[in-house]
Amino acid sequence: MTPAIDVAGVVKTFGTVRALDGLDLRVSTGEVHGFLGPNGAGKSTTIRVLLGLLRADSGTVRLLGGDPWGDAVALHRRLAYVPGDVNLWPNLSGGEAIDLLGRLRGGLDEKRREDLLERFDLDPTKKGRTYSKGNRQKVALVAALASDVELLILDEPTSGLDPLMEAVFNEVIDEWKDDGKTVLLSSHILTEVEKLCDRVSIIRTGRIVESGTLAELRHLTRTAIAAETTRPVTGLDGLPGVHDLVTEGDRVRFSVDTAQLDGAVRHLSGFGIQTLTSQPPTLEELFLRHYGDELAAAEVGASS
Amino acid sequence: MSVATAEPRPRQHAARRPAGSTLTGTGTMIRFILRRDRVRLPIWIGAIVLSVVGSLPTFTETYPTAADRQARADLLDNPATVALTGPGYGTDGDDYTFGAMTANELLLWVAIAMALMSILLMVRHTRAEEETGRTELLRAGVLGRHAGTTAAFTVVAGANLLIGLLLGLLMPGALDELSMSSSLLFGAAVASVGLVFTGVGALAAQVTEHARAATGIGAAALGVAFALRAIGDVGAEALSWLSPIGWAQRTKVYVDDRWWPLLISAALTALLMAAAYATTSRRDVGAGLVQPRPGSPRAGKDLASPLGLAVRLQRGGLLGWGVGLLVFGIAYGSLAPSIEEFVSDNSTLQDFLGDAGSLIDGFMAMVMMMMALLAAAYGLSSMLRLRGEETSGRAEPVLATAVSRTRLAASHLTVALGGSLVLMLAGGLGLGVMAAITLEDGGMVGKMLGAAVAHLVGIWLVVAIVVALFGWAPQLVALGWVVLTYGVVVGVLGGFFQFPDWVTKISPFHAASSLPGGDLGTVAVVIMGVLAVALIWIGLLGFRRRDLTTT
Repeated sequence: MTPAIDVAGVVKTFGTVRALDGLDLRVSTGEVHGFLGPNGAGKSTTIRVLLGLLRADSGTVRLLGGDPWGDAVALHRRLAYVPGDVNLWPNLSGGEAIDLLGRLRGGLDEKRREDLLERFDLDPTKKGRTYSKGNRQKVALVAALASDVELLILDEPTSGLDPLMEAVFNEVIDEWKDDGKTVLLSSHILTEVEKLCDRVSIIRTGRIVESGTLAELRHLTRTAIAAETTRPVTGLDGLPGVHDLVTEGDRVRFSVDTAQLDGAVRHLSGFGIQTLTSQPPTLEELFLRHYGDELAAAEVGASS
Repeated sequence: MSVATAEPRPRQHAARRPAGSTLTGTGTMIRFILRRDRVRLPIWIGAIVLSVVGSLPTFTETYPTAADRQARADLLDNPATVALTGPGYGTDGDDYTFGAMTANELLLWVAIAMALMSILLMVRHTRAEEETGRTELLRAGVLGRHAGTTAAFTVVAGANLLIGLLLGLLMPGALDELSMSSSLLFGAAVASVGLVFTGVGALAAQVTEHARAATGIGAAALGVAFALRAIGDVGAEALSWLSPIGWAQRTKVYVDDRWWPLLISAALTALLMAAAYATTSRRDVGAGLVQPRPGSPRAGKDLASPLGLAVRLQRGGLLGWGVGLLVFGIAYGSLAPSIEEFVSDNSTLQDFLGDAGSLIDGFMAMVMMMMALLAAAYGLSSMLRLRGEETSGRAEPVLATAVSRTRLAASHLTVALGGSLVLMLAGGLGLGVMAAITLEDGGMVGKMLGAAVAHLVGIWLVVAIVVALFGWAPQLVALGWVVLTYGVVVGVLGGFFQFPDWVTKISPFHAASSLPGGDLGTVAVVIMGVLAVALIWIGLLGFRRRDLTTT
C-alpha cells in the first residue's frame, strides 16, 4: 500500500535560513503519526510543504499518492487541516466558518458537525474575534473532524484547549484511528503523543533525528532501576549498558539501556531482590536527549 | 480594645511610589511610535513638503507674465471650478499674485493629503493596535489608559505641525514672491485640516472595533467636509463654514492673511480629542461603542465558495463606498444649474463658449474623473484584501481545502473589478439623475453612465497592476497607491501645472478624461485593456508559483 505521506530529502530555505534540511518523513495509511519537535524545528514548514502552500527547493514529496504542489486541489478534497494558529474572519460566526471550510472541501457530515459542536461545547453563533484562542481552535477542529476525509493534518491542535477538551480531542482521534484513517499530529506535548500515536518522528533543525514505533523508540531509551537486595550488589558496573550506578549498602540505583534490561535484572536476582522499582522510559527522556543541549544553548532554529 | 490601633495608616511603600495617572508611559509610547514609523513618517512628511515646494518653481515657467496669470484667474472664476477647488481669492483686479495662485490651486489638495495621512496614522496607532491585541499586552504593563491615544495624537499632530512649519520656511525660498509670514499661515492652514482629522481618526477609532471601519469613518468624514465646502463655495456659503477645509481656505492666505479661522479648527480638534478620551474612559480594551451581535449558527447558501466569502467579507465596505459615490454624484449634480445660470448671466463667456453646454460638460468630466479616482481607490483596497487574507493566515485554511490559488485570487479580483463597476454606476447615476432633474435634460443620465463605464478600463488597469505585484512581489503591493497618486496629481492638477503631454497621457485615467462631451481615446482604451488582461494573467501565474507567506 502506498504510504499516506512520503517525504524524502526535502530542503526548504527562506533567504539564508535552512528551515528544512534534508527531511525524510513516512506515514503509513491508517496510522496516527506523532510529529514531535520544539518550537522552530520546522514542523509547520513541513506541514505547509505537505499542503502545497510552500514549494520544496529540492527532494520529493508524495501525499496520498500525489504531488501536493501540483495536485493540491484534488488532494485537498481527501484531507483536512487544522492550523496551529487559527485566525478567523472577524465578521463571520464560528458556525459560518465551519460550514464554509467544510463546503470548500466538498461537504460536511451534518450529524458529526452537531455531535462535535456538542462534545467540544462550542457556541457557533459567536463572531470570529470574540472567540478565545482555544475556541478558535475548536472551530477549526470541528470543521476538520466533521468532514469525511482520509487524512487529517493537525498542527499543534491542542495548544489552546483545556484538559477537559483535550480529553474529548483524544477520544475523537481514537475514533478516527478505529475507522482506519490516517492522522499526522504535530505536537510538543509528549504525553499526548504517547497516548495517541502509533509511530513518532522527531524533528530537529529541519531534519528527522528519530523515527519509529513507540516501542522501537523506547528501545533507545534507558530504564531507571532502584532495588534493595539481601546482599550488597557487586559487579554491576562491569555489565554493558549500565549507567549512573549508585550503591549504598544493600540499596542500588542505576539506569540501563532498555536493550540490556534483561541482563541487568538477571544479575540483580543473584543478590536476593527484596524490592524492585523500575521506571519505564518516557518520550520526554528521549526528547530531552535530543534537545537537552539545544535547550541549554537556547538555540534558535528555523522559524516554523 | 485599643483605640490607637484602630487608626488606619497609609502603607508606607504605596506612598513612596509614584501614583501614576492615565497618561503614565506616554513618553515611552511616543518613542515607540516614532521607532515603528521611522520610515513611514519621513515618507509622508517628505512627500507632502517636497511636492509642494518642488512644484513652486514651475509657476514662473508656466505663468511667466501677469497676463498669463490673469487668464488663469479668469478661468477660476466660475462655479464649475469653484466647486472643485474652492473660492478663488485675489482674482479680481489685474494683479493675480503667485501667492493667491498657490492658495487657490494647491491648498485644498495639500489639506486633503494631510487629512488622509492623519486619519491613516491615527487609526494605525490606536484601533489597529487594539484589534490585533497588542494594546492589551501594553496596557497590562505600567501604561495609563490615555497614554496610547495621547502618544499617537502627539506624533500625528507633531507631523502635521512639522509639515506646516517646513512649508512656511521653505516655500519663500522656492518662489521669491511668497512671503515668509504668509507661507507660515499657509502651512498652518493645511496643518489645521490635518489636526482636525487627527481628532476625527482618534474618535473614529473609539467607535468601532475594526481598524478598517475606523479608517472608513474618517474617510467618510473627509468626504463630507469636501462636499460641504463644494456646495457652500458655489452658493450657500454657510455650509463652507461647517467644513474644516472651508476654514483653512477662508484664511485667504497670501491675499488677506487671516489667522482667526484656524481657531475654529483648533477648538474642534480639542473637542474631538476630549470626546475620544471620554470614550476611552468608558469602554473596555478591545471593544468599540458598537457591541458585536451574535451571528448565525449556520452559513447561508451563498457562503459556499471563495467568491461567496470574498463578497461576504467586502460587501459592507462596498455598500459604504457605493453610498458615498452616489451622494457625491448627487451633490455635484445639484450644482449644474449654478453653472448654467452663470453662463447665461455672462454675455462675454456666452460668446466664447456658445452655450452653457460645454462648460457643464467640462465640469461633469472633472467630476467623473474624481469618481474614477475614488473607484480606483476602492478597487485597489479591495484587491489588497487578498494580500491581507494571506498575511493574516486566513487564506491558509481556505487553500488547504479544495480551492486552488487561482480561484481564491480570482474571487477577490471579481469583487474588486465588479465593485468598481458598481461604484462608477452609482456615482454616474447620482450625477446623471440629479443633473437631469436640475437642468431638465433627460439625456444627462445616459451621458453620465456612458462616461462612467468608459472610465472602467483605466480603473481596472490599476487593479491589474496590483494583481501582478501580488503574484511576483507581494511585499510591494502597496505600490499600487503610487500609481493611483500619479493619476490623482495628473488628473486633478494637470490643468494648472500644464504637464508635458506624455506625462498626462500615460495616466490610466486619461483616455476617458474628456467624457462626457469629448472623445474617448479608443486606442488607449484597447491598449490598457490588453495590458490589464496581461497583468492579471501574469499575476495569477506568479501567485500559483510562489510560496504562501504568513507572518
